[in-house]
Formats: sequence, structure tokens, C-alpha cells
Amino acid sequence: MQTNFTADQLAIPALARSNEILRSCVHCGFCTATCPTYQVLGDELDSPRGRIYLIKEMLETGRAADARTVKHIDRCLSCLSCMTTCPSGVHYMHLVDHARAHIEATYKRPFTDRAMRFVLAKVLPYPMRFRVALLLAKIGRPFARLIPDARVQAMLDMVPKRVPPVSRNDDPQSFAPLGARKMRVALMTGCAQKALNTDINDATIRLLQRMGCEVVVPRGMGCCGALTHHMGREDEAHGFAAANIRAFMAEVESDGLDAIVINTSGCGTTVKDYGHMFRSGAEAEAARQVSALACDISELLVRIGLPQGEAKGLRVAYHAACSLQHGQQIKSAPKDLLKRVGFEVVEPADAHLCCGSAGTYNLLQPEISKELKARKVRTLEAKAPDVISAGNIGCMMQIGSGTGVPVVHTVELLDWATGGPKPRALTEV
Amino acid sequence: MDMPVPDPVILAKRARIVARLAGVLPADALITDPTETRAYECDALTAYRCLPMAVVLPRTTEEVAAVMRACHEEGVKVIPRGAGTSLAGGSLPTPDAVVLGVARMNAVIETDYPNRFIRVQAGRTNLSVTGAVEAAGFFYAPDPSSQLACAIAGNIGMNSGGAHCLKYGVTTNNLLGVTMVTMAGEVVQVGGPYMDAGGLDLLGVICGSEGQLGVVTEAWLRILPKPEGARPVLMGFGSNEVAGACVSDIIKGGLLPVAIEFMDRPCIEATEAFAKAGYPDCEALLIVEVEGSPAEIDEQLARIKAIAARHNPVAYREAASEDEAKRIWLGRKSAFGAMGQMGDYICLDGTIPVSELSFVLRRIAELSDGYGLRVANVFHAGDGNMHPLIIFNANKPGDLDLAEALGADILKLCVEVGGCLTGEHGVGVEKRDLMDVQFTREDMEAQLRVKDVFDPGWLLNPAKVFPLYVTASRRAA
Repeated sequence: MQTNFTADQLAIPALARSNEILRSCVHCGFCTATCPTYQVLGDELDSPRGRIYLIKEMLETGRAADARTVKHIDRCLSCLSCMTTCPSGVHYMHLVDHARAHIEATYKRPFTDRAMRFVLAKVLPYPMRFRVALLLAKIGRPFARLIPDARVQAMLDMVPKRVPPVSRNDDPQSFAPLGARKMRVALMTGCAQKALNTDINDATIRLLQRMGCEVVVPRGMGCCGALTHHMGREDEAHGFAAANIRAFMAEVESDGLDAIVINTSGCGTTVKDYGHMFRSGAEAEAARQVSALACDISELLVRIGLPQGEAKGLRVAYHAACSLQHGQQIKSAPKDLLKRVGFEVVEPADAHLCCGSAGTYNLLQPEISKELKARKVRTLEAKAPDVISAGNIGCMMQIGSGTGVPVVHTVELLDWATGGPKPRALTEV
Repeated sequence: MDMPVPDPVILAKRARIVARLAGVLPADALITDPTETRAYECDALTAYRCLPMAVVLPRTTEEVAAVMRACHEEGVKVIPRGAGTSLAGGSLPTPDAVVLGVARMNAVIETDYPNRFIRVQAGRTNLSVTGAVEAAGFFYAPDPSSQLACAIAGNIGMNSGGAHCLKYGVTTNNLLGVTMVTMAGEVVQVGGPYMDAGGLDLLGVICGSEGQLGVVTEAWLRILPKPEGARPVLMGFGSNEVAGACVSDIIKGGLLPVAIEFMDRPCIEATEAFAKAGYPDCEALLIVEVEGSPAEIDEQLARIKAIAARHNPVAYREAASEDEAKRIWLGRKSAFGAMGQMGDYICLDGTIPVSELSFVLRRIAELSDGYGLRVANVFHAGDGNMHPLIIFNANKPGDLDLAEALGADILKLCVEVGGCLTGEHGVGVEKRDLMDVQFTREDMEAQLRVKDVFDPGWLLNPAKVFPLYVTASRRAA
């Protein structure tokens, strides 16, 4: 596609990168077909192709973002389904990241919007603050109907019935492998995830120990930066990322690392992009190394190889998180692993479509999110599963809030099948 | 590309027109702010762009009719738009026109397996028509490469084909009837859920009329039982000409595969990067697909293999699994988009007699050298429907003009050897000024008179299909 940037504009690295991306788009429209928001809204402006056009215009003219452009960019889930579909390899993720940063820098949002985003950015990435917020919200939930803002209601609706106590497994430490050490891996314990559900990290640690891994929880690690990054708050996101890079590199330099394991695929997509985030700067090499070491738990387990298990007589509906299937292009690994240890695996129709969770999207765009959740739950339930598994806490919460079928993390099932305890969600049924 | 001067009277009463549209549509179905209408300034032919006066996104035939009545009464031009995937600029707006997009009209209205038809709203995507019936063992045959995204409305407008049309025919052979809204806002039904509607074949006139006669809002489509099995085979050759000769021999040999697709080296490389189909390293590749029972497939492939052997293929590989077959087709169907990795392009659509393939491919290579622009070839070889992609640099002044001149020369060559300007993409604006290469003034006059009947005010999809000088007097009146 033709672009109209001046030579001065192209001297700015971020614009040069966006120009490169825009130039590779041929406007064929394939991306519209697999975009969840276009499926729901049917307006080109709410499709990747339309957003690319809006972004192009905004960046070329260099003008401040306007309310209409912001509305359509805000509606993007960042599910990256378009990147799986795009035949010419348009890197939509980097383009929309740039647009969000431009919006954050040049657009003044309405007060309630700003307040909401500020609170989310200052609470979600910090497990202690988030845990306190969850407990307060439990108290506040009965009053939810009194609050007119759909977004606040969505937040209160998302609060789980049970807020787990802090797991000491998430403290910095090292877990010895059972038997001879095959690998030394760092576990990214996450932020919001460990406040909402401590079983996932516990299961991950047990399973990796069983498979001969020394599992390190590095000191100084925090949120991956995705939550703030998707809100366009670049400086905060980079701050989080830099801290993580330092934490992981300390482990690399002390006793070496074979992998950085991530069990929240939304974080995985971001950590794998650290190399790009810090491409020009002092941290470039370290960031590149961290990105190269980062892998989803399912990727690592395929590499290690799980023992073949006997048929369990349990039907698992596998929900592909967008950050796994599109963001990291990991499609078959989780299903292969589940089958290998003995589960029957089924997949919903339109598996490529997002469930509407998408980080903070369910809180900021409740209407579209609800519609996507309903579609996802309907297609999952149509497969009559005993349990639904996913590799991302956001999807688990979103789908779990719309179905009576138990929802667990894939790693909990794999842990159970190889000798760990039965997942809590299944024992409580 | 010359476009008519926008009607100053219409531009002057923009506010009034917008208000009338707002009166007949829900708020979210009308777009008028230039920031937002910009996303509708072009389709998949981005070389030509123009902001429309407004965009409407109706959900029902009634809403379409209301929009048409309002536009008709105000004398406003209407640009029908499906999914905006036209490579010929079929839905390019003008400043004094309203774009009418039917993408939201995507419901399945009725499926009838005993009588083998499906009735859909016309904004439904091509592939999702098959999606709606495949569980019952049926499919909808026409399969344009953009089938994932393109709308049935556009398929009918352009009489689209696709890889598998060699055996199953194009849209017109699979269309039973339509509900259409005329420019005056009248809702008419032409054909219906049965073969061969009575009277003159008006459906044949509507299919392929490029939005010149009305806006199709619903369609009855023929569905077919899925074949027992299908298997694609990859055949690599040392040159385009040899591959072309092999195609000719397969057809001459009395074989009718479901598809014979052709890709040359630049296309093979670009699509392999995306689809990872394992295409062989060769100058020219044929994808030949046959279908039927395993015994039928084996028998046909044995004969095809024997014919191919006479042309010294550098590679010959049958798909060994469903997954491999899928990847082979994913690559082919994504070829246009994947070419975006190499640069900007214009995609041509000339159709030639299959016996002329070798000659035309050689001439295209010579023309390409002469102009100093790369041409990649990917096309439906079995029915001679070529898609030369002219690669250029849209950011380099003058390059588009050069590409267009080369495109015109290639299309003239197609007509010279006994072919035509367009196989399935339609004329749109892209080939509009070449129509007089293929048609005499009298031929075109006859076509204009058909439009006079349906759209006497010449308000529908203006400045497309016919050279402007041919339509000037009608547009002025």
C-alpha cells in the first residue's frame, strides 16, 4: 500500500517501522474475515484493515488522535487473529502498539475513562494491590447494580467467588528436580494470575520438578508489562520489562538458564517481544536473550516429552488462547500433550475467535466482550465436554464466568495425569 | 484514471441527503465523518481512492430499499459494496455517491438439502456458505481465492470463479435466484429455489452486471454433495512455457481435473514463505486436483502423471495427507496477498484459449523485460484464466503509470489471441478504458441499453465498466 511519510518522519525509528508494516499491507481484506470485532460489528472500521487505514492516516498526518479513531482502535482486542490470516505478513501487533502509544501521548480521554485506566494500570500488575482490590470488590459486589457504568459492573462481575491465599511457592527460591537435573528453568510467576489462582504455578512447579527440571523463581521479577503496554502506557510497560530482563539475566549469569517458562500466554507473547521493545538501546542484547529463552509451558513440555498415559475417559474441550494460537503461533502443542497423557480432546467451532477476555478488554469494552464470551461458551458447550482447558488465566476467568463446565489450566490436567493432585475445579464439582 | 466531475448540485445538498439517510437507518448504520469514511475510499485495488459522501451499512432488504428510494429521489449515486475485496476497483466511490455496504447482511435464511439449495443474505462470505452446509455433506462450488473474505454479493456482481470452476462452473452456473433492490427502491425476485426460472434469463443478465443494474440482497445458491475424496498433486517444471504446454496436453487428453492451477517462481517463493506447503524448487508449478473415489483418483492421476512425464517435470508429488492438501491450497489461495511481501501490485484477470498458454506466457515475459517491471504469474490454467501480477513501487512517482501501461499491453495481448479482458474479477475501473479493445461501439451500445432499462438515471455504480466517452451523453442526461 502506498504511504505518504516525509523523509523527516522516516528518520524516526518508530515511524520507519510502521511505514515498513503499512507498505507490506496490500489491503486484500482477508483479515476482516477472522477478526472477532468485525464478526460482531460488521463495520470495516472495526476490522484490522479499517484500523490499519485509521492508523496510517493518523501517523502520516502526525495529528493528535481523535475520538473516532480512538474508539475503533480501543475496540481492537489485540487477539492477533489477523496476523495468522495475513498472507503478506503485516505485523499488525507492532503497528497497533505504536498507535496506542500515539493515542496515549496525544489524546485526552474523558475523565471516567482516564480514571478507569489509571486504576487498572496501578492495581492489576501488582499482586498485593490486586488481591486487596479483589477482597474489597467482594464486599462491593452486592451494590454493583447501583453503579451505572457498565465497565465498573463488568469489573465487579469478574471477581471470583474465592480469592486464594498467597502461595509461598511464588516467593523467590529454587525447587530441586526429582531425580537427576535435566534442565534449569526460570518460572515467570506472573502478576494478576497469582492473585486470582495459585494452583497454576503450583501445578507447573510440581510437573517440571517431576520432569527433571530445577525450577527457579527469580528475585525482582514482576508483571511482564503487557497490561500497561496494551493501554499505550509505554514507559510503565518498559519499566516492568526492564526489571524482568535484569531478574532473568541475573539467573542466566549465575547458574545458567535453559528456558524461561511462562504459563500465562498473554505474558508469553509480550516477553517474546522484549527483543523488539528494546531493539535500540543498552538492554538490546539482554532483551534479545530473554526473548529467545522465553517459551510457553506447552512448548517446553513438548521439548522435554511427557510419558504416554492411559485413556482417562475424560473429554477436554481445549480453548486456544489468542496469545498462544495467534500471538505465539502455538497451535498443536497443548492438544498433543493432553492427548498424549490420555485425555480425549475436542475443539469448538471457530476456535480462531477470541473469547473476549483479552487482558483488560472485558473490563473496558464490556458489550463486545460479552457477545464474544457468549459465542465462545456456546461453541465450547456444543462439544459436551467434562472440562474446558486453556493456557491463559484471562480466558479461564472469562469463560468460567459464563459456563457451568469446570475450567482449568492445561498444565493442571497434565500435572494430574502424571501423578499430581486432581485439579481443584474438578474436585469441587 | 479519469473520473467524472462530481455533481455540484449533489455536493451542495450533502446535509439534506445525510439527514434523509439518517431518517431511514439506525444510528450505527450511517457513517459520514471523513475520518471514518476514509476506510471505505477503496477496495483491494488501492491505486484508486476517493472519499464517498457517506457510507451506509444496512442490515435488511427493507433498509436497503429505503436507502435506495431516498437516493433515487435525491438523485444521488450509489456504490454497492460487498466485502471490499475487488481487485478491479468494483466498489471505488465517487465524491457525490453513497457507498452501500452489505457486509452486515450475512444470515443464512434457509437450507434445503433435498432440493439442494441454500438461501443467504448476500453479504455472507463465500467460504461461510460452505461452512453452513458442510456438516450435512454439502458445499458451494465457486471458490475465488478471496473466498475467506469476499461476499456472495460481490461474487454475483462479478460472476466470480475460482480454482475449482474448471469442473463446477462459475457463479452464474451455481446461482438459482436473487432478491434485488432496484435503484428506485423496488424489491424484485428473479429466479428462485428451482432450476431454470420461466421467461427470459434475467438472472443471467444480473449475474456479472457489476452493480450496474441493482443491489442484490439475498441469493438462492445451488449446493452440491461433497466428493468422496480429493487429492492435489504438485508438478514442477523447468519453465513457464513447458508448464503451459503440459496444461494444454492434459485438457486435450480428455481429462477434467477439478482444478489446474499455475504458479511461477516468484509466486512459489512468496506463498511458500506463508503457507509452508513444501512447494518444489522450480520455475513453474502446476497444482492439479482430481476427486472421486480412491480408485477414480488413482486412475486419473496415473493418466495425468503419464502426460506430465512427457514434459520432463523436475518434481512430481501427490499430497499424502489431508493436512498437506490443505497447506497446498492455503498457499495457492493466499498467493495475491502473499505477493505483498515483494511490493505493490496490480492483478490482471485476462482470459485466453488454453492452447495459447505457452505463447502468452512467453510474450508476457518479453513485455515484462521491455518495461523493466517484474511480473509474477498465478492463475487458473485449466480454463485459461490468467492472473499476471505486475509488481511496482507505489511510493515511486511514475511507477504506477508504467505498471498500468504494461497491464494494458498484456490485456490487449489476451484479446489478440482470442481471449478477453476479464475472467472473474470484473471490469470495474481497472479495465474500463480497455473495453473498446474487446467490444465495438455497437456491442457496448447494446449493453448500455440494458442498463437504461434497470437504471435509467444512471445512478448505480457510476464510471465503471464502460469507457467514460461511451457513457458521457447518458450521464449528462
